[in-house]
Amino acid sequence: MKWITNFLLSSIGKKLIMSLTGLFLCLFLIVHMIGNLQLFAGLPAFGGDEGEAFNTYAYMMTHNPLIKIISYGNYFFILLHAVQGILITMQNRKAKGGKYQGSETAKTEAKVASRNMAYLGILILAFIGLHMWQFWAHMHFFEMDQVKYASMGEPIKDLYSLVAEAFKAEWVVIFYLISLIGLSMHLMHGFWSAFQSMGLNNQKYSTIIRGAAMGFAILVPLGFASMPIVFYALSK
Amino acid sequence: MAHGEIKLNLHIWRQKGVNDKNAGIKTYKNVNVDTHMSFLEMLDVLNTKLIEEKHPDGPVSFEHDCREGICGSCSLVINGRPHGPMQGTTACQLHMRHFKDGQDVYIEPYKATAFPVISDLVTDRAALDRIINAGGYVSVNTGNAPDGNAVLVPQDISDEAMNAAACIGCGACVAACPNASAMLFTSAKVSHLALLPQGQAEATKRVKKMVATMDREGFGNCSNIGACEAECPKEISISNIARMNREYFSAVVGKD
Amino acid sequence: MSTLDSKVPAGELAEKWVQYKSTMPLVAPNNKRNIEVIIVGTGLAGASAAATLGELGYKVKAFCFHDSPRRAHSIAAQGGINAAKNYQNDGDSVFRLFYDTIKGGDYRSREANVHRLAEVSADIIDQCVAQGVPFAREYGGTLTNRSFGGVQVSRTFYARGQTGQQLLIGAYSALSRQVSLGNVEMYSRHEMLDLVVVGGKARGIIARNLLTGELTRFGAHCVVLGTGGYGNVFYLSTNAMGSNTSAAWVAHKRGAYFANPCYCQIHPTCIPVSGDYQSKLTLMSESLRNDGRVWVPKHMDDVKALRAGTKKPIDLKEEDRDYYLERIYPAFGNLVPRDVASRAAKYRCDDGYGVGTTGLAVFLDFAAAIERYGKSAAISQGMPNADKVTITKLGKEVVEAKYGNLFEMYEKITGEDPYKTPMRIFPAVHYTMGGIWVDYNLETTIPGLFATGEANFSDHGANRLGASALMQGLADGYFVLPYTIGDFLSKEIRTPMITTDSPEFAEAEQNVQGRINELLAVNGTRAVESYHRELGVDIMWEYCGMSRNAEGLRLARTKIQALRKDFWKNVYVPHTDKEGIEFNPELEKALRVADFFELAELMVVDALDREESCGGHFREEHATAEGEAKRNDEDFTYVAAWEFKGVDADPQLHKEELVFENVELKTRSYK
Repeated sequence: MKWITNFLLSSIGKKLIMSLTGLFLCLFLIVHMIGNLQLFAGLPAFGGDEGEAFNTYAYMMTHNPLIKIISYGNYFFILLHAVQGILITMQNRKAKGGKYQGSETAKTEAKVASRNMAYLGILILAFIGLHMWQFWAHMHFFEMDQVKYASMGEPIKDLYSLVAEAFKAEWVVIFYLISLIGLSMHLMHGFWSAFQSMGLNNQKYSTIIRGAAMGFAILVPLGFASMPIVFYALSK
Repeated sequence: MAHGEIKLNLHIWRQKGVNDKNAGIKTYKNVNVDTHMSFLEMLDVLNTKLIEEKHPDGPVSFEHDCREGICGSCSLVINGRPHGPMQGTTACQLHMRHFKDGQDVYIEPYKATAFPVISDLVTDRAALDRIINAGGYVSVNTGNAPDGNAVLVPQDISDEAMNAAACIGCGACVAACPNASAMLFTSAKVSHLALLPQGQAEATKRVKKMVATMDREGFGNCSNIGACEAECPKEISISNIARMNREYFSAVVGKD
Repeated sequence: MSTLDSKVPAGELAEKWVQYKSTMPLVAPNNKRNIEVIIVGTGLAGASAAATLGELGYKVKAFCFHDSPRRAHSIAAQGGINAAKNYQNDGDSVFRLFYDTIKGGDYRSREANVHRLAEVSADIIDQCVAQGVPFAREYGGTLTNRSFGGVQVSRTFYARGQTGQQLLIGAYSALSRQVSLGNVEMYSRHEMLDLVVVGGKARGIIARNLLTGELTRFGAHCVVLGTGGYGNVFYLSTNAMGSNTSAAWVAHKRGAYFANPCYCQIHPTCIPVSGDYQSKLTLMSESLRNDGRVWVPKHMDDVKALRAGTKKPIDLKEEDRDYYLERIYPAFGNLVPRDVASRAAKYRCDDGYGVGTTGLAVFLDFAAAIERYGKSAAISQGMPNADKVTITKLGKEVVEAKYGNLFEMYEKITGEDPYKTPMRIFPAVHYTMGGIWVDYNLETTIPGLFATGEANFSDHGANRLGASALMQGLADGYFVLPYTIGDFLSKEIRTPMITTDSPEFAEAEQNVQGRINELLAVNGTRAVESYHRELGVDIMWEYCGMSRNAEGLRLARTKIQALRKDFWKNVYVPHTDKEGIEFNPELEKALRVADFFELAELMVVDALDREESCGGHFREEHATAEGEAKRNDEDFTYVAAWEFKGVDADPQLHKEELVFENVELKTRSYK
């Protein structure tokens, strides 16, 4: 079994962990975004279901045992991705041993993002912290307003109103938008990079993968950003 | 073409020995430079001046040999870029007409803990040799070879192998990488031999040993920034890194 | 004067090597483990020998002054490597390669060696392919070839314009494998500064660790020098900056004869000197002369206008240009051999027709080729009436496909676009055919000292053909020395490991330390570089370069002596340690230049002695009425091997008579 630890501790093994966890988190982002877009169903312009779709979805996400298992996996992957990323960055800094005083750098794709993945990652981690405190922690541990729908037997927690309330605050919206720009940059490099690390990149596929990365890195954060923007705008 | 004269302010890293506490940038102002000179000839002229003036700093040490872009000795970081601003060009083939009168030029040694500085701009790149020693060869004794045409190699495969084999071992990829990773160097050798049928027999063993040695030498981890590819004087592609990753996975996961 | 024994085995030319190989004494594997071999230099000849001897089981110590064996100057060879494979079915054979090499060398090489070289040439290609050298291939996967100057077949194998690099990487990787197996100990950044001879046999070296400056003694049963040529004596050459003669020269001073030092190859197509700061010259491949036309202006006022910049080369009309190679050598035109093309360019410049700011350049013009290719491309694309712009565009594309890399390199260096204005080229020192004298075993006149590759006086006679240097270096290292070294070592199996505390080692170390101390103590005012430049450019190139005469050579000798004395009085080598125990590249350079002075004198002596013109040695007194080289087979069909008698004493000449049993000596003519 030594070969497994050897592999996972090798530089290429570590990259593989980063890319697999990263791609899993990309998958999570898609699911999370689609789920969250149900917020819009609560708006009068889209039917105004008073948050039923979103709240029943949130209920399901916190009560379905299968989803629970997956979510624990998700937390683990976020932590693994973050910790591994920080460790790698520290190791890389040690390997480099300093910066050049000359200030030019070569033109590369995703130049700013690729050189600052750790900072972008920390921004995203901070965002996750805030985001989970705002909503996840309330859903799991705190008392919250409840709401009763015909489709559900018991009254359930009204996450919809909590979200709508949160997005009225200017600083929350601004922080969300900054974080999503950070996410977009992180993805711009990270999505493509995962394929490169897994060895799936070559001159033939490169353009396709880069195109997909670009699309993903723009569309997903844009989808997320639409919620605070719209809710904030409508609150005024 | 007419010769031009420009003046440059040279900010050069000076260091005596590996543990020099006083190492740092020293500035040589208003150095006269003929625009026809190569970058290294500019340093030659500066050195002759420093020598004949018996300047306390002494001449600037830098590595160089063939001065035609193939031996890989020269290893300067010019204004933050290994081999300077021109793409696909080694420092020895960089000419001074690409600089402007009055420009500040920073000249530093490669930065990577795996490449300790020996003196001024000279670094010890023996770690790259050790990576090759670990498996960058085909195990074939002299006299054992079959006829050159006994194994056919399709032209595109041969060309692709040649693209990777063009590496001059200068280490600019490591110097350019913010992580000081040696993945482009190692992957170029792994790719060169993995692509050719002659290198197949020991391909799995080779990639494992070379990557292990690379890691042990204290190079950083690749995070796919691509600075290596952009600064490589032979323009070696990072698709070689993807290929090495593939080779590595199949070597590790494949049969023992 | 004595006559040297070349130890060429008896028998038919084609059978000699095969018979010799199968009857020569061998060293058993259990004995090989106890025999040490020092190999100095790890270019093609040294690395291939070190790898092969390591594979055979000898204990090898290999030395190079670079930080890695991969940096040796073999790496810079562009064109290719010859081999008598006859893959092209164009009538090539071992005999034809042998014959071409003998003739190309102007009948001044040893028949048996050259034939052996041709015999093993095919094995080299097989070996390199097996190592993973990515030679150029046809679509079908077979190896492809191209043609080179002086021959009528296509036998040159190549890897783009980087054949030397790829072959060196092959040899370096074979060497690396032996290092990893513990069979070879690699000492990089070590420079050999003396040879240790014990009891008449070469038993070790004194090497300076270039990082620390410390001198170390290394002992072995025998020593192999694969340390390259001495073209850098001219200061400006296509050699690398570090290429030097020191290892060979100290061996010479310890008793190894130096053969034919005056044979230097001057390559006609190099980028000319642009100023006093110039440090080296860059070669433009010989292949360019397939399509480029060489010319200078016909009229002196055009020359002046060009230099003043009032006219551009493209302004000159066809009738105002002198395509002198086509005019003088209509049969071969621009494709005459290297020595002929070089001399012709020199004559034009001597007469004042040279171009460029220095007047030391001629044009190599591709306009006609672009137009010719453009026209045929236009026709094949169905545009027989294409205008000039289209033709030029199409022609440029064809030329780019053929020579794109070289044009790019030219533009990088000169800043001029050779598609628009003709290239300026001038001859430059490129290779030295002379070197340490060796017998058929590659053994020098010191028993146990061997020399391989460019370091020995080689198989190329007075002139080397293109793509033959790589062939010879690898032939010596892979396929010749590993056999022939057994002749010496088989008698050494009872010799214990060589200890380095004998008085001979101490004397050699003191000798080196004394030289270093002396150099550092001079503390003069002048930098080493400027001495080297004066020796190379002002004396050697001027008087012992492309053409030589007795008067100039005599003058050169006194000038060299005077400059050498001045060097030892006025040179300034910066240092902080007075014994040189530190990293000090200036000291390295000074030690090399000090040896170049002594070698330079020997070259002049040899050039003066050889009263004929042959190959790379052209004496103005021995020319035909048209200025062509005139050999003197009657008196000079010999190898001149010089014995060192002291720095200020005349060297002593020894002759190896060359016997030609299989070829007839003819005059080369290219008209």
